[in-house]
Amino acid sequence: MTSTPDLNRTDSAVRIVSLYPDLLGTYGDGGNALVLSRRLEWRGIAVEHITVDAGAPVPDSADLYLVGGGEDGPQVQAARELERSQGLHRAVDKGAVVLAICAGMQILGHRFPDATGTSRSGLGLLDCETVRVNRPRAVGELLTTNAHLTTAHGLVELGPLTGFENHAGRTIPGPNGVSLASVEVGEGNGDGSEGVVTGTVVGTYLHGPALARNPRLADALLEWIVGPAAMTPLDDSDVDALRAERIHAAREHELAPRRSWRDILRRS
Amino acid sequence: MTAAPAPAPASGQTAKMRPRARLAVLVGRTVAWASRVVRFGTGSVIGGRASLLVDRNLLAELTGSRDVAIVSATNGKTTTTKLLSAALSSHQRVVSNWLGANMTPGIVAALASANSTDTAVLEVDERWVDSVLRATNASTVVLLNLSRDQLDRTQEVRKLAEQWRDALTATPPRTVIANADDPLVTWAALAAPNVTWIATGQEWTADAAGCPACSGRIDFVDTEWACTSCDLKRPRVDVFVEDDTISIAGRSFRSPLALPGRVNRVNAAFALAASTAMGADLDAAFDALDDITEVAGRYRVADFKGTNIRLLLAKNPAGWHEALELLEGPSTPLVIAINARIADGHDPSWLWDVAYERVGNRLVIAIGERRHDLAVRFRYGNITHRIADSLEEALELVRQSPDFDPAVPVDVASNYTAFQDHLEKVGGVL
Repeated sequence: MTSTPDLNRTDSAVRIVSLYPDLLGTYGDGGNALVLSRRLEWRGIAVEHITVDAGAPVPDSADLYLVGGGEDGPQVQAARELERSQGLHRAVDKGAVVLAICAGMQILGHRFPDATGTSRSGLGLLDCETVRVNRPRAVGELLTTNAHLTTAHGLVELGPLTGFENHAGRTIPGPNGVSLASVEVGEGNGDGSEGVVTGTVVGTYLHGPALARNPRLADALLEWIVGPAAMTPLDDSDVDALRAERIHAAREHELAPRRSWRDILRRS
Repeated sequence: MTAAPAPAPASGQTAKMRPRARLAVLVGRTVAWASRVVRFGTGSVIGGRASLLVDRNLLAELTGSRDVAIVSATNGKTTTTKLLSAALSSHQRVVSNWLGANMTPGIVAALASANSTDTAVLEVDERWVDSVLRATNASTVVLLNLSRDQLDRTQEVRKLAEQWRDALTATPPRTVIANADDPLVTWAALAAPNVTWIATGQEWTADAAGCPACSGRIDFVDTEWACTSCDLKRPRVDVFVEDDTISIAGRSFRSPLALPGRVNRVNAAFALAASTAMGADLDAAFDALDDITEVAGRYRVADFKGTNIRLLLAKNPAGWHEALELLEGPSTPLVIAINARIADGHDPSWLWDVAYERVGNRLVIAIGERRHDLAVRFRYGNITHRIADSLEEALELVRQSPDFDPAVPVDVASNYTAFQDHLEKVGGVL
């Protein structure tokens, strides 16, 4: 699991890099790497997963980069180190696919607010800007309408996206920032849309983790790299059951089963 | 609620109190009694709330003439509170809220029913340390650990560490017993004048990569850790836990615990250090720990409709990291239950931070309100699993498995409210 700036392309393994899980790993987003790795393995495609902790050099020759969500302080540090390294910028220039979640999406945009509300420079890899807004933190189930993603292989239908959001900022996409979908339940970007896509860089507010709850998004990212022919169907019955339950819960606005008046009074 | 014999009558407690406080205690007792009569629950929290409505300074009043210890953490506070109560009970009367009502109302209710001079051992919710410390002027504060828990609700762990630090600065206790292997706890405890440091060998450090003092990066090398940008580093330890041995005050003891797992030996080390700081005899304190076989239902082995089960509680990644020590190895099927109610946190994304793969080839039955989240986690972990709608149905699947062994209790590991549900099924807290 060590990393070197130059990865030798010795075989055709898909190389996935988890960036700074020590800084941006608070919300279970590390699961996205596991989902992607398994969905490749189950299809007989070799995968190499590399974890790059803060302070280590960022390789620029991987196929797919994952950036997770995190707290305000570590978010600023992650932005600083990624800017200094420039490895992710070079990788995107070479066409690597990036999935950035929540705080990860915010720092990949042009600007984002730090813990004090001061606007800071982001990496500029996503055409969006995140600002602080005067409203309570958006915490709860997030459900979108049918989502779409344009990859090298054309427009891919993703179905509704489902997940859990937990963020304070409002993200405004720029002219080159296409959203993934409209919000049906929840806050998303804050303007009725959810997610930002610029070229091969995809940002979203979805935790859950995002790819565990949205296998078509996972497959769209993989297809971008390995092509449609390799994407044989998988048994997603466990995921389908989870999606059905969560989509229902979001629509009913029921985060947890209703509690009796007795429970509420006891606050148990 | 007391670890000591039955509490003295109310008059002994309230005689020297202000009239308003006396009224507050009386109102609380009446409300708690009424609550029990209508089978509402134990009535402790609701009674405590009623008392505080009458006198909001009641906690200070109730702790004015007793020694107080506070135990707080993300994980292990209930167990450590119980162990510390037992260790102190060898030489003094102790009152405690070890049933888990760990905010001011529950604490007030527990204290109102005890003698005014009984030593209080208080489990305190992480967010309530500041206000409870201020009100009680506790002599001893035990800080076990801080890690991610209920992300949608509790403040981020870094802010909790800051609150603890401010609390210890504002109301310095005589002794703080703190975890030297948790940078967040260490930084908070360094604000106190006198700290006994425990080497816990804590393996879960994922929430402490960023330095709480300067936001720099913390490097973990073998047993040591240090910030790469400022001078925060692991302090010199006073007490350590190694395998089965607890070393304290220049002596080494084989752990006397009946409770299983490394994490409970660590909890015992905290309890022993705190009890000796409060005047207990080390040998007597050690002897008192081996009688404890369960803590508020945790680790209980019980018959449930003809199947022997063992109840385990794990609420968050750090807790699961410790619980999995007990779950790896055997080949018998087990049950894992996850809910996501208010007390659990509404976002179970943290399931992906838990290395459930450590159960190996065991068949796992997923139950609880978020069983489908569990099933997806297990699917991607290549873990053999089934889904069931209830504990009864899960145990049915367990019994049908060729790996089921009737001689071995079936492990049922649950997060908070799922655990409470299961505990109720086997008779509740004893």
